[in-house]
Amino acid sequence: MDTEQRLDELREQALDKGVVAGRGADVTGGPIPRRAGYYGEPVVRPPVWTWEIPVYFFVGGFSGMAAVISLVALTCDRGDVGMTALLVAAIGAILSPVLLTLDLGRPRLFLNMLRVFKYKSPMSLGAWIVFAFGTCVIPGLIALELHTQHMFGDGMDHFLKILAGLLVGGSACLGVLLATYTGVLLGATVIPAWFLHRILLPIHFGTAGLGSAAALLELLGHRIAPLYVLGFLVAAIETALWIWLEINKHGAADRALHEGNAGWLIRGGEFLSGPLALILRLTNLVPLAAISFLFGALISRFGWIEAGRVSGRDPEAVFASQR
Amino acid sequence: MIGEGTHSTNQRRHNYVQENVEVGFFTDPTVCIGCKACEVACKEWNEVPDDGFVWSGNSYDNTGHLGASTWRHVLFVEQDRQKGGQVVGSVTQSILPASLEPETGLRGGQECLPHDDPFRWIFLSDVCKHCEEAGCLEACPTGSIVRNETGTVFVQDDVCNGCGYCVVSCPFGVIDRRPEPLPNAGGAFKCTFCYDRQKSGLVPACAKVCPTESIVFGRLDDLRTRATNRLQELRQHGYQDAQLYDPQETSVRGIHAFFLILGEPEAYGLPPKPQVPTIYLKSAWTSALVTSIAALIAIFCAFLFFA
Repeated sequence: MDTEQRLDELREQALDKGVVAGRGADVTGGPIPRRAGYYGEPVVRPPVWTWEIPVYFFVGGFSGMAAVISLVALTCDRGDVGMTALLVAAIGAILSPVLLTLDLGRPRLFLNMLRVFKYKSPMSLGAWIVFAFGTCVIPGLIALELHTQHMFGDGMDHFLKILAGLLVGGSACLGVLLATYTGVLLGATVIPAWFLHRILLPIHFGTAGLGSAAALLELLGHRIAPLYVLGFLVAAIETALWIWLEINKHGAADRALHEGNAGWLIRGGEFLSGPLALILRLTNLVPLAAISFLFGALISRFGWIEAGRVSGRDPEAVFASQR
Repeated sequence: MIGEGTHSTNQRRHNYVQENVEVGFFTDPTVCIGCKACEVACKEWNEVPDDGFVWSGNSYDNTGHLGASTWRHVLFVEQDRQKGGQVVGSVTQSILPASLEPETGLRGGQECLPHDDPFRWIFLSDVCKHCEEAGCLEACPTGSIVRNETGTVFVQDDVCNGCGYCVVSCPFGVIDRRPEPLPNAGGAFKCTFCYDRQKSGLVPACAKVCPTESIVFGRLDDLRTRATNRLQELRQHGYQDAQLYDPQETSVRGIHAFFLILGEPEAYGLPPKPQVPTIYLKSAWTSALVTSIAALIAIFCAFLFFA
């Protein structure tokens, strides 16, 4: 365009609108800012958590639910499955506090988590659940191993059996909480994309945990009917949860779940652990279904944390959630 | 006259900590001159590290928002609305009720230009609200965050392990984890209400230095009375959209550092209906427990009926 013509145009625009918008001249939509809130600054703070937390959600999920599968399998005379499940749970019980500690701003003070018990803080309850779960699962595994190897005499063996039973029972009770409390942890915050879905989150995390535990056991060689049925059930539930999430939209308030990278991570995760796992299972490709579910469960957790980050930075989401 | 000079509660010694008196800040933007003395005093007294020098382009505000290393933050709000007692067009206007303003011509006895664009520039010093029901305090798993004798919320830095849960539990986006490589990185930080100064009978640094008493420190009940009076005074003088920002009707149940604002809270980056996230616990835990029981039943059924 002719430069003189451009200048005339700018003058007209200035006279007409009282403001000329253009690169370098319009930092905030000035002279009077038109963006929502205060220059688009966040109203609440986005989470500071890094990769350790979604991975912990994943590990805590399968490890907690593996403990439940272990208890049920042991009581239903499937000692082989029960033993592997307890081993999976024990590995998760060791990894979980490590991941949690790595994410802390001051990892050397991690024991301060056990300084107080606050039932109104899911973070406090969670720390106690992880701690108690570890102290049940690992001795439980040792007791069970000693019992199955018949290392000691009859009296001691009987005692070990009772002890293992108690510890595995405790692990199972704590395990379901470990797999689901993470949903409460996200749900009871000020981040709109999270608290608006505080009912869905524990169901999703619990289901993903159960499915991941079943999938891992299947991949470890236990191709048995109960695990197949569970895998089928969780994939169906994940599909339903995905539909629920797509229907239950809150407009600007939870748009982080449906837009951008976070939206694609959640959608991708739900696709892998929902419909795809279901189809693969129906076509009898069980190992592929298990792998698909595991990846889906992991990706969707990253998606939820990323959505929280986007949602926390979005002042309009906060305002919309409070109107 | 606004302000009481050396007689103000901002300059007097006190025994609030020893006497367990509930204290607060009342911040009034209509007398704030945007000098940022509060920001500087806060940084200097509390030895808060600088967190970068960035030109924001947002009016005169290069601080951005409250955070781990910003405990006072002066907002510069630009609005296309009339404000009393401000330069409009080329003529200084006296404080006059908006209803008495003539369409054109005379205003306050003085002649003014017919094309006076409505515009106002508001300065407000933002700070931790020290909620009655504090999200950060409820969320803290280490017991690092406590309520002290004067009813304010305090982070014990030596206890905090930096879990970051308070960050997503503050309805006002105040507290944050300090990133590397700043000093004392990893912990959560926010306004201490100058607890150290208060214990010695001194006034918080920001209130002490405020030249116009836009920030007033004192007994919470006194401040609430003062704020109500000030609000009435402003309304009488044509500030029709003045209101107090002290969310007592939401689950936050009121704040110790409250504000007088002109217009809507959103323009100041303040949430219109802040909620303490503990109110979501009941429904979330119900969901978690139902899921847990359902999972147990599902696993049992799977092993019983499909063995």
